[in-house]
This record gives sequence, structure tokens and C-alpha cells, in this order.
Amino acid sequence: MLTIKNLRASVEGKEILKGINLEIKPGEIHAIMGPNGAGKSTLGNVLSGREGYEIEEGEVTFLGEDLLDLSPEDRARKGLFLSFQYPVEIPGVPMVNFLKTSVNEHRKFKGLEPLTAGEFLKLMREKKDMLHLDSQLTNRSVNEGFSGGEKKKNEIFQMAMLEPKLAILDETDSGLDIDALRVVAEGVNALKSPEHSTIVITHYQRLLDYIVPDFVHVLYNGQIVKSAGKELALELEEKGYDWIKKELV
Amino acid sequence: MTQTRINKKAVSEKYSELYKEKRSLLDEGSSPLLNRMRDVSMKRFEQVGVPGFKNEDYKYTNLERVFGKEYRHVLAYETVDVDLNEVFQCDVPQLDTYTVLLINGWYYARNLQLEGLPEGVVAGSLKQISNEQPELLENYLNRQAALSNDPLVALNTAFAKDGFFLYVPEGVKLEKPIQVINLTRGQEATFSTQRNLIITGAKTEAKVIFCDHTLSSIDCLGNNVTEVFVGDGAVVDVYTIQNQNNKSNSVNSSFFKVGEKSNLLSGVACLHGGLIRNNLVVSLDGEHSEAGVFGMSFTDKRQHVDNFTNILHNKANCLSNQLYKNVLDEDSVGAFTGRIHVARDAQKTNAFQRNNNVLLTDTAKMNTKPQLIIDADDVKCSHGATVGQIDLDALFYMRARGINENDARMMLMNAFAHEVVQEIRVEALRDRIDELVEKRLKGELAKCHSCDIN
Repeated sequence: MLTIKNLRASVEGKEILKGINLEIKPGEIHAIMGPNGAGKSTLGNVLSGREGYEIEEGEVTFLGEDLLDLSPEDRARKGLFLSFQYPVEIPGVPMVNFLKTSVNEHRKFKGLEPLTAGEFLKLMREKKDMLHLDSQLTNRSVNEGFSGGEKKKNEIFQMAMLEPKLAILDETDSGLDIDALRVVAEGVNALKSPEHSTIVITHYQRLLDYIVPDFVHVLYNGQIVKSAGKELALELEEKGYDWIKKELV
Repeated sequence: MTQTRINKKAVSEKYSELYKEKRSLLDEGSSPLLNRMRDVSMKRFEQVGVPGFKNEDYKYTNLERVFGKEYRHVLAYETVDVDLNEVFQCDVPQLDTYTVLLINGWYYARNLQLEGLPEGVVAGSLKQISNEQPELLENYLNRQAALSNDPLVALNTAFAKDGFFLYVPEGVKLEKPIQVINLTRGQEATFSTQRNLIITGAKTEAKVIFCDHTLSSIDCLGNNVTEVFVGDGAVVDVYTIQNQNNKSNSVNSSFFKVGEKSNLLSGVACLHGGLIRNNLVVSLDGEHSEAGVFGMSFTDKRQHVDNFTNILHNKANCLSNQLYKNVLDEDSVGAFTGRIHVARDAQKTNAFQRNNNVLLTDTAKMNTKPQLIIDADDVKCSHGATVGQIDLDALFYMRARGINENDARMMLMNAFAHEVVQEIRVEALRDRIDELVEKRLKGELAKCHSCDIN
């Protein structure tokens, strides 16, 4: 599904990603952990196509295509989804319009007819029920005045609506209470299937109690320094990142 | 510098000469109420002349260029060779209004009869009504405009012969809005002088929508004045939609005198036009009144839109809320000057002002200037202005959800404008403006071409 080979990227001349290699197969859940400043969010941003990052070297293939060549909107339409660490407030753009445009753009890309208003509302209701979301969420402007937890739940709701092939959750668990954490987990687990993959970028092991990863990678100083099964997350929780740092020296 | 001064003098002298030459034509057919103000007003105009850059109030708008051109002045009613009721069809079917047409500043002679106006309401031609029922106007006409120091208001008073007149007697509520469609049409460059007067009695409700349109692609200049009197306890809305071609220029001076416990809403949407200057004065002359003053503009090419507001809190316990938003593309220029004057002892005043602007190119330019003069000590006033670009984080967020960049920009700009649009208290008009704004942003509005927002 996704192959990253020797990816090097910098921001304003400062190299952040220093040769990332990662292979994600359909149906897998990967956790990327690491201390602050390791480059976790940069990886998410580079993959989703945010401007301001210089790709120095390497290649990324997504579903057989050169991902780095695509515009952010085409990456999304092909099935890449980034759950933002800091979802953006967009006053004046109603959630419903935003989501309807988004869903229909995805359908158009696949050569499907756009959903009618009725079909769209039905789909929205289904997904909201599935995640046990407050119906008020969609009556407001995109993320405007949402609490931290509501914003993250909204990301997961959008993910559920768009059913991406590959979802990247960038620190979706940070600052969440148990209730919101459960929504996130339900969203990811509902999407779990042999065709869908997920990358969970996280700082803590907490979320991984709910979403069980197939692989855990430790990103440190712009490189993946350790990869193992889910037990690695528990070990990190116990020993902290210093253990990895020491091991490297 | 000398050169400019000579030009400026020449520009103003043109109007003096025209006045002298047409003096008797101006009086002809006009009410003495209009005629008696002409000479003194012309003198007031001549003292200052057409304002140039040195005039502090016109610092951001050079009027000498547009006033310096040669125009045909429409100083008598001209018969129209087509039926304007057919030529101009308002394309807002949901908008159920009493509709009147004006042509080059004159009340159209073949306006359809307004059916179903409540008893006592007088709506029609200022010229006709000031002749036939002068008692309706005499305590109002020029009572606000005469206090203005603006030479162009004086110029309007000197030349004014017709315009729209509305009188709503005490206690009457107009169920439907009145739509005044100002049309410009002609073969050659045309100058029009329109004078409107709206008088609403105590405890009335009225909504007036002015729509400015052009039917011909000619250079034109309008120097218009509107005086509105809002009675005690009245609720009055005045909306102006400026959608002219980019060869039309206008100076629109509006005055609102608001009584006590009243509620005024003024909204201006500028979609197209060459050079537009909107002067707006609101005098809160009774306690416990509210004024909402809103405006938005969308400009591109070399358009120039300047909004100049002056909110006078003359009495205590009033609220004013101003919000102006502009989206500027290409080489267009915008200006906003918002003055709030809280008079001595106008305590418990709440006066708010905000001006937000989005520049889409490096060459678009916005000047914004708040001016607060506060002579009372127990007041709440605020002002804020921003000039920025489109929110790139929001743009990326939308693109990351599969929305293409153009559509995302459009949605963001619509959202930006919507904050103003939502203040409109006529639902059908609100929907219509939303639609017009979207069309405008997509470059699909008639009479404009190649206004691609990319």
C-alpha cells in the first residue's frame, strides 16, 4: 500500500527526516512512536502534501503511484487521510457543506455520481450513530469553537465518512479523555479490514490499549531506529525513550 | 503641485459654470423646497470644490479624475424609448417586493402602480411629491445633508431634481420590502444627481432595498444623496446592492437620523463598479437605539471602493455595531474609514467597529483607518482592523479532505463574506446575496468578464 524509501525532508534548511524507510501492507496497523521533535508530525505532513517541506531525497509509493507527485487533494481522493494534530477552525464554512463537498469530490474521483442531499444526510447519520457522536457537531462551522476533544472526534468522524485506504492519525490521542479516546478507537477499529491500513502517530502507549498495532516503530532524530511488534509499545511505556537513546549510543 | 491645483480648480469650475448656465432649468418643474436650497449649496460646494487628496476625508480616493471627465448631465426627465419594466426583470423570484425603477436618477414615468401599500404610505417621485404634498417633506428635506461639510453633498443639493421618496406614517408596518432599482442607461457619458428621502414615523417597520445597475456600457458618474429619518420605536432596514459595470463611478452619501428606542440596519454590498465611494452618517439622536452598519465589497482589476462611515452617538444608552469586509483581487484598491463620535454625556454607549480585509494579490491595496472621538467617560468602544491573506492552514485542511484548491478558496471567501451576509434581515435577499457573492467570486456575474479570482 505505502512504501517509503530513504525519505529525507527539511524545513527552512533544517533536515528533519533523515532517511525513513517504511513498508505498510493492506490491513496493517502501524504505530509510530518517539520523543518530541523526532519528526513524527513532519512525516504525517510530508505524506499528506503540506507545503513548506523540502523533499531532499527518497521516494514514496502509494497504491503504485508516486505520492510526492500528487496534489494534497489528489492524495486525499486516492485514499490517504490525515487526522490533524491541530484541526483547523474554519468559521463560516458549515460542517455539512464542507463534508458534503469532500465526500462528493471523493466520489467524483472514483467516477461515482454525487450523493443527493438525502443520501448524504443518511450516511452522516449512520456514521454518527456508529461513533455515538453528538448530532450538534455537524450543525456548526468546521471545528469552530470545538473543544480539543470535539475536534479530534470530528477528525475521526470525517475519516469514517471518507473511508480512506490509509489513515494517518497524528497524535489524535493527545489531550483526550477516556470518552474521546474510545471514539477514536471505535473509528479506527470500524475501518479495520484487509483493505484498510492505519498509521497511528503517538507519543504515549495509551491509545494502543484500544487500537492494537501490528507493528511499532520508534522514530528518533529523523530515523526509524527500532521496529517490533506491539510489545515494543509496552516496553517503551515502562522504560521511556531514554532506553532507546542509550541503546543507540 | 501647481499643476494639480490648476486642474482641481478647473474641475470644480466646470460645475460652477454648468450651474450658472442651467440655473433656470434646475428650477423648472422643481418644488420651491428644492429650489430654495440651490444657491447656498452651490456656494458651499465652491468653497471647497471637488475634494482632492489633500482633503483628509478623501485621502484615499481621487475624485478629480472621475469628476474631471465630460458628461451629459440629466437635468430634466427624459422619455425612455423602451419599457424598462420589461428590459429590467429582477431575477430574484422569491423576493416579493414593491418595486420601483429610477433611470439616471429620475423616477421612471411608467412605473407600475404599487398595489397594496398600506394606507397613508406615500412612495414615489421626490419631484412629484415635493410639488404636490410639500408638507410631507418640509421638515425633513436637507435637514441632515445641510449639516454635512462634504462639498459633494452640497453639489447634490444644488443640482437635485428627483429621486425616490418614501413616507411611512406612524404605526404602519410594511409587510414587503420596497425595492428601488436605480438604472443607468444612455449613449454617452452620463452624470446623474439623485436625491432620495425616506421618512418613517414612530413605531413603523420598513425595509428598503436599493439596487444599482447599469444597462449601457458607458462612462457614468452618480453623485447621490439619501436622507433617512427613523422615527421613535421604528425598525428600519436599508440595503444597497451595487452591481454596476466597471465604467460606472459613484459617490453615495447616506444620512440616517435615528430617534429613540429605534433599530436601524444599513447594509451595503458592492459587487461591481469602477470607483465607488460610500459616505454614511448615522446620528443616534434618541436614547436606547441600535444601529447595525454593515458592508462588504469584492473588487478586482482596477476597481476602487471606499467606505467612509461616521457614527454619531449623540445620546446615551445606544449601541452601534459596524462590520465591513472586503475581498480585493488583482490591482484593486479599497479603503475604510470608520469614525465613531461619542458626544459629551452620551454615557453607557456601546460602539463597536470591525474591518477585515483579504488581499488576494501582491498588487491589491487596502487602506483602513478607525477614528474614535470619545467625549464621555462611561462607554464601551472597540475597533479592530485586519488586512491579511487567505488562511493557508484552512486551505490545506480542506485540500487534505479532497476539496480542490479553487473550490476551497471559494468556500473560504464565501465564509468570510457570510459573516456580513447573515446580518441581512430579509431571508430571500440573504439567500440571493449569498448566491451573488458566490457568482461574483467565480467570475460568473453578468456585465463583468475575466474576473478570474486565481
